[in-house]
Amino acid sequence: MKTAPRVLVVGAAGFVVSCRQAGVLDPQGPIASAERLLLINATEIMLVVVVPVILATLGFAWWYRSSNLRASRSPDWAYQGSIEFVVWSIPALVVILLGGVCWISAHQLDPRAPIPSDVKPLQVDVVSLDWKWLFIYPDQRIATLNQLVIPAGTPVDFHLTSATVMNSFFVPQLGSQIYTMAGMATHLNLLADNPGEYPGLSTNFSGDGFSDMRFTVTAIPAGDFDGWVAKVQGAGSALDDPGYAALTKASSAVPPTTYRSVDPKLFERIVDQTALDPDNARAGTAWCPTVARVGG
Amino acid sequence: MTVEAVADTVPTRLVPGPGGGGPAPTRTVVAYGFWIFLLSDIIMFSGLFAAYAVLSGNTAGGPTGRELFNLHSVFIETACLLFSSYTCGLGALSGERQQRDRFYVFAAFTFALGAAFLFIEVSEFAGMVSKGAGPSRSAFLSAFFTLVGMHGAHVTSGLLWLVYLVAQVATKGLRPHVLRRLLCFSLFWHALDIVWVGVMTLVYLMGAR
Amino acid sequence: MFGRLTWDAIPFNEPIPLLTSAVVGIIVLAVLGTITRKGWWPYLWKEWLTSVDHKRIGVMYVFLALVMLLRGFSDAIMMRSQQAIAVGGAEGYLPPDHYDQIFSAHGTIMIFFVAMPFVIGLMNFVVPLQLGVRDVAFPVLNSVSFWLTASGMLLVNLSLFIGNFARTGWMGYPPLSELAFSPDVGVDYYLWSLQISGIGTLLAGVNMVTTILKLRAPGMTYFRMPVFCWTALASNMLIIAAFPILTATFVMLLLDRYVGMHFFTNDGGGSAMMYVNLFWAWGHPEVYILILPAFGVFSEVIATFSGKALFGYRSMVLATLAICVLSFMVWLHHFFTMGAGADVNAFFGIMSMIIAVPTGVKIFNWLFTLFHGRVVFTTPVLFSIGFMVTFVIGGMTGVLLAVPPVDFVVHNSVFLVAHFHNVIIGGVLFGVIAGYNYWFPKAFGFTLDERFGKASFWCWLTGFYLAFMPLYVLGLMGMPRRLQHIADTSWRPLLLVAELGAVVIFCGILCQIAQLVVSIRTRERRRDLTGDPWNGRTLEWATSSPPPPYNFAVLPEVETIDAFWEMKRTGRTAVEPVYEAIEVPRNTPTGFITAFFAVMLGFAGIWHIWWMAIIGLLAAAITALVFGWSENREQEIPAAELARMERTRLALERSA
Repeated sequence: MKTAPRVLVVGAAGFVVSCRQAGVLDPQGPIASAERLLLINATEIMLVVVVPVILATLGFAWWYRSSNLRASRSPDWAYQGSIEFVVWSIPALVVILLGGVCWISAHQLDPRAPIPSDVKPLQVDVVSLDWKWLFIYPDQRIATLNQLVIPAGTPVDFHLTSATVMNSFFVPQLGSQIYTMAGMATHLNLLADNPGEYPGLSTNFSGDGFSDMRFTVTAIPAGDFDGWVAKVQGAGSALDDPGYAALTKASSAVPPTTYRSVDPKLFERIVDQTALDPDNARAGTAWCPTVARVGG
Repeated sequence: MTVEAVADTVPTRLVPGPGGGGPAPTRTVVAYGFWIFLLSDIIMFSGLFAAYAVLSGNTAGGPTGRELFNLHSVFIETACLLFSSYTCGLGALSGERQQRDRFYVFAAFTFALGAAFLFIEVSEFAGMVSKGAGPSRSAFLSAFFTLVGMHGAHVTSGLLWLVYLVAQVATKGLRPHVLRRLLCFSLFWHALDIVWVGVMTLVYLMGAR
Repeated sequence: MFGRLTWDAIPFNEPIPLLTSAVVGIIVLAVLGTITRKGWWPYLWKEWLTSVDHKRIGVMYVFLALVMLLRGFSDAIMMRSQQAIAVGGAEGYLPPDHYDQIFSAHGTIMIFFVAMPFVIGLMNFVVPLQLGVRDVAFPVLNSVSFWLTASGMLLVNLSLFIGNFARTGWMGYPPLSELAFSPDVGVDYYLWSLQISGIGTLLAGVNMVTTILKLRAPGMTYFRMPVFCWTALASNMLIIAAFPILTATFVMLLLDRYVGMHFFTNDGGGSAMMYVNLFWAWGHPEVYILILPAFGVFSEVIATFSGKALFGYRSMVLATLAICVLSFMVWLHHFFTMGAGADVNAFFGIMSMIIAVPTGVKIFNWLFTLFHGRVVFTTPVLFSIGFMVTFVIGGMTGVLLAVPPVDFVVHNSVFLVAHFHNVIIGGVLFGVIAGYNYWFPKAFGFTLDERFGKASFWCWLTGFYLAFMPLYVLGLMGMPRRLQHIADTSWRPLLLVAELGAVVIFCGILCQIAQLVVSIRTRERRRDLTGDPWNGRTLEWATSSPPPPYNFAVLPEVETIDAFWEMKRTGRTAVEPVYEAIEVPRNTPTGFITAFFAVMLGFAGIWHIWWMAIIGLLAAAITALVFGWSENREQEIPAAELARMERTRLALERSA
């Protein structure tokens, strides 16, 4: 009776670990790796309590069944101080331990925290639209749609906003997601260790085209990045204001596109909500921190 | 249910510890329940206060509190409301003492002062709307009109309730169940005062600085 | 004349809603027709619709919850099927705008119109009986609360036939729920139905807290109250403190949509983040409102069927109150990914973990209640054991989600969906089903069939694991929630397993329906003549099954915890008391009529039929004023009549 649950738990764990096809359990960057480690460690710590509790539940219920003549019964026993002490202490100790883990990891893996690296970070501005993703490279003055190309081994410093409803920018294999909200800018730092293609998506439901808000993150060798930028600058159309206005119209399952040039201040104008109408009053989110650029 | 009858028959040996005396008398139960309802109402107001606190700076390029608020009229309407609480208290005492005529007088004063408060408030709102500072102008104004307006709606309901209760006193007399309702009304009216002190401080005094 | 209501509102060109509407319409007409033909209207009106008896109202709450479970589950199995089919390039059978309404309706209905009424219904039925009193503090208000909840239910269901429902998810986040992005009636249906039923819920909370704190049998001090009453107290205190926040939030969203205000809009300085904060400041206490009474049920069931008092009563009370207070300090864990910063995130993460401590304490105390007990495996006990195993897994994933960096990679994925279904199904649903099986004989005078009960348990348990364990894995693989079609074909096997789980759960629901039908048909075999079919410990078992309208002819004198157990032990149950005249409240149609006008107000508000809205509001107010003017709200039962009824009842019990 008791081995069956144990086999199930181990089997389930094995099953989970074996699903390394993509996603959170297949990290491709330091943020995602740290988060996966945290997930596994926290789970293991809690399993130390959870598994015995499950076994004890099944065991006690079975052993103390009314037809079991060998079991001792104590119908008037309803309190014992020592048990109460242990019963409060076990969860308290686990929570103290995990609480410490929580505090430390929340600070270490704060999305705003720059990733320590010798390499200068790449700035990318992200705008969620209905129902696609726009990526603006302000220093390179180019932009892409539904496709994010970044140099491997280089920290990427994202500033994110939404031109429409709330979305959430997420690349499971690279780590943390963050909401995108109109009129304000959120801040995220990620890094891809190796070249490769990593799926990205929105996780905050945004309407009928939500299921198609997918994009691909392509990490290329760092040396090839400038070459890629040059290629983009030499082809495709420019993302001017009428072009951006067209993008704000609803469309979904849009194929990846690149833009040879873009106003590097487009992101700020979208946050200010003056990108479509320059006379529009500022959203007035007085208490929200303004966009702060690293390195100017 | 004759809770009073039950309370009389409880043997004293059964009353160790808090709450061992059996069901409480009806007047206690009604007042307690109404008070808890008022606490929930205050929590609803606190949601609106929180919204106001968050949005008070979001003027979207439109008018601010400093430009709009007339502290003079705010002080007058505050005085009206607070004084109406005093007359309400006097009215409640008269009711408890079975002094019908004095009750009517104090009820009338309470109504008049409450109505004066509303008149000043509605005039303020109308003035703001005519200046283009209506609730749809900016988030700050939305929060202002909703918070202050919700309080005003409560005052309005209170005045209607007062008229209804005076009618009950006139036709049924100051019987126990009518007195219970007067007690609830008094609690309601005083609670509105408490909320107004919050509104006056957070919205007008802090907003006009 | 009719606002924006036109013939287009009826889904003539959408086969699924049209067919559903037709079928439901036929069923409703058939039911109404049968009642009319058999002449049951006077009975229904007098005994149920106008009843102010907490027992009747409790049963009606549970009945409506069970009916809405069928609707909510239909939505669920449609969602699972769509996700099983629409993988790779396939589009499935539900286009996005329809699918979006289904998942929004599923969440809204399950939380507000299944879980809440079920839990409130159980508390309504049981608490006055356990406290040894005749009714709640405000019986007519109780009726009004029930009927307002029913009004909200009706409005939500009308959205299937007339117009459409919200396409925003059950939380209704702006700016998606604002006019700019949801211009149609869907979000208005959501807001009006929840606002109306929310008022009902709030009033029920006020009623129950007043009852528990001010109306108990003589001698029942706080620490002699059954644990279910303590959890009911904590849950209702949470209702009083949390629901007004939701009321205020929905007022603001309604004002944005109707008057063009800017609380949460993208323009004019609105803050969608503030909605998220306000919503979850209600939303987190809400889940504790649901789970605490379920914990109370488990405490009662495990103690009764172990033949032992609950282990660590005071500890359980302390843990319950701790959960009550702490539930207000954790709300931000629902949006760690909104970017509040490490200090804020860490604080709320730690608070969320702290709340797991009293919950863990409860699990241990239940374990030690089983320990050295004499456990009888009835259906309620099976659900309790299933709960203890399942809920700790859900609690574990909850603590995982409370670590912000972990949440960053699983937030809004189906991992989250698996977690909350884990705790809601494993905790709330198993609890209310256990309570339903446990107290059914008290309400109706016969027990439920055990074979179908046990079958339904195994189906629910197996179905739950099959449906939701794959979702944990899929969430880790990167699948978000609310997808109408899935691009990654490698997710298909797990989605098929989840679909199978939904089918098994459906079998569980069929078993429950069968259980009810069979139990009614063979009820004479399982009559409960003693009023105490389970050898219970608390005062509700001291009455007949069903209890007389006044519950207790003479209020019991309580000297210990588990008052009835003590009364049985010392033989006090055999002593005949001295009867005196009692007063019981008369029935009134006030609640029903108020609800009628509430539906009118809500419907008119949704469709912008202003004249009808004003009439509805005024009429509801006038109903209250008319009731307020009425006298003779109670009727007396003279002592002799009371003695006669009681002696008949006791003779019947003794002959059993």
